[in-house]
Amino acid sequence: MNGVVKLSGKPKNKIKLRVDDKAMAIICYTVVGLFSLLCFLPFWYVIVYSLEPYSLYLKQPEIPWPAEISWTSYRLVLKYGLIWSGYVNTAFLVFVGTPLTMTLMIITAYPLTKKDLKGRNFILTLWVVTMYFSGGMIPNYILVCRTLGLKNNLWSLILPGLCGCYNLILMKNYMNGLPGSIEEAALIDGANDLQVLIRIVLPLCLPILATLGLFTIVGYWNSYFNSILYIYKPDKYPLQRVLREFIATDMVDEVNQGITDVSQQVNNFTAKMAIIMIATLPIMCVYPFLQKYFMTGLVLGGVKE
Amino acid sequence: MPVMMIVKQPRTIREKLLNLIVYIIKKRYLYLMCIPGLVYLAIFSYVPMYGVIIAFKDFSYTKGIMASKWIGFQYFGKVFATSDFFDTFRNSVLLSLLRLCINMPVPIILALLVNEIGSTAFKRIGQTVMYLPHFISWVAIGGITLTFLSETDGLVNIVIKRATGHTIPFLSSAGMFRGLIVGTTIWKEAGWGTIIYLASLSAINLELYEAATVDGANRFQKVWHISLPGIASVISIQLILQCGNIMNNGFEQIYMFQNPLNIRSSEVFETYIYKIGLLNTDFSYSTAVGLFKSIVNIILVIIANRGARLLGQATFY
Repeated sequence: MNGVVKLSGKPKNKIKLRVDDKAMAIICYTVVGLFSLLCFLPFWYVIVYSLEPYSLYLKQPEIPWPAEISWTSYRLVLKYGLIWSGYVNTAFLVFVGTPLTMTLMIITAYPLTKKDLKGRNFILTLWVVTMYFSGGMIPNYILVCRTLGLKNNLWSLILPGLCGCYNLILMKNYMNGLPGSIEEAALIDGANDLQVLIRIVLPLCLPILATLGLFTIVGYWNSYFNSILYIYKPDKYPLQRVLREFIATDMVDEVNQGITDVSQQVNNFTAKMAIIMIATLPIMCVYPFLQKYFMTGLVLGGVKE
Repeated sequence: MPVMMIVKQPRTIREKLLNLIVYIIKKRYLYLMCIPGLVYLAIFSYVPMYGVIIAFKDFSYTKGIMASKWIGFQYFGKVFATSDFFDTFRNSVLLSLLRLCINMPVPIILALLVNEIGSTAFKRIGQTVMYLPHFISWVAIGGITLTFLSETDGLVNIVIKRATGHTIPFLSSAGMFRGLIVGTTIWKEAGWGTIIYLASLSAINLELYEAATVDGANRFQKVWHISLPGIASVISIQLILQCGNIMNNGFEQIYMFQNPLNIRSSEVFETYIYKIGLLNTDFSYSTAVGLFKSIVNIILVIIANRGARLLGQATFY
């Protein structure tokens, strides 16, 4: 109790902590602590379950550490071919899609920050309309599969969602918030608009670039819906689609293929836990490093003009 | 621009055109930068919008949009004649309203509580952990939820069975479905939802709190009379955005938890259109359903924006 009270009080404040301060501290730390635990525990349990044999799990599922560590599930799941094709396909989306999305977003957002540019309002309206009205699932399907012939092509998972209007506006608002005097000075010195964007504006945009870059990477990594519309060949499935197929239809037999010794086989449940971990771990590892940019990026980007 | 001031007022159309061309050449880099985005918009947003006309045509995939026959509002008649459509409509709206009432206040309360925490280390770790589920795909969240709530070997049901002797069909009953959606939404998005409120909380002038302390306000009164009013405008904006979103439930989350046993309450527009349109290849019919959804949505957005303007005036004056 002493520690909690000490943390919540301001150190310069010599006045004794009052009852309401204590009560508030207790409520805040308990609720926020419990909710954080609730957010974290399921992932922790997934790791634990993926490591322990199924029979031991059934005995005491609530113990938050593995009764016995065995890497069988990971060894077998990693031999499963679709995981690797899924990884390769998703890597293609992330490494090809993200630079394309970011480039398009930057060069589209920058002219939209110039309020006196003729036609700027018209172009902005064209973008904003797409936020509220879209052709919908079926016309998109006809466009991608029939008109463009991108069925079973990984580009069908990149191109239709290349640049979302919401993120574009975040970027534009952030750029609007930068001091305009530096840009003007550069223009007077004879730089053209492209040079100003690359040399002066972009270096100042680092927080929003990191934020939107992370969103884009996560978006491609987690993309699932487009793949059920446009991809019908298993070897073209992105990782999340492989994961879904694995969870929905019990594919454990394919993982256990060729292993005759039952004790060496992996249980369906444990295999699912392992594949969930494999499909989410990279994102969990990347995100804490970019977290410090969220606040600055989102707060300043959210400011209206 | 000093250069523009020297140019005399254009009199003829020719002069106006010439001025415009000079202007465009001068700003050529800015206009060039707009072009890729406009091409993208044209192909991937406006072509599908044009494609919506197949709701009024007897669309055949082999013939294409142009060659298919016009049939007018026939499909809309068919849409409004089916009970499936009205079930879907009811489910979509009910689910959205539930989310509005339950999922909307949770991040606000969490943000107010996080804001009152004195220890920066606790705050930072808490925030990092709370934001984490937002970055995990619905496929993985769905997989985790399905295994934890499973009636045969899920952790939750094993514990419940030990205590009460029977299991709860979280995943396979229509009555549980809405709770399942609300619960998983809170788990995945409530922590992330605090960001915007925390940002506006941090913008509140600290002198207000100091003045309140001098006046003898306790911690709870300060939250109620300073923090909450301080973020009221953000809350109303969020509420309005949500209202404009009532027809949308998002495909992935619903699809993860949908099964034949809970279909009675789990069929929403997104999944219905997918099934009718892509699995049954009834393109025109499902486009008509989609168009109906979009039109209701637009009306809601317009009403919501009006509301925002009214509220905006109410908060600023």
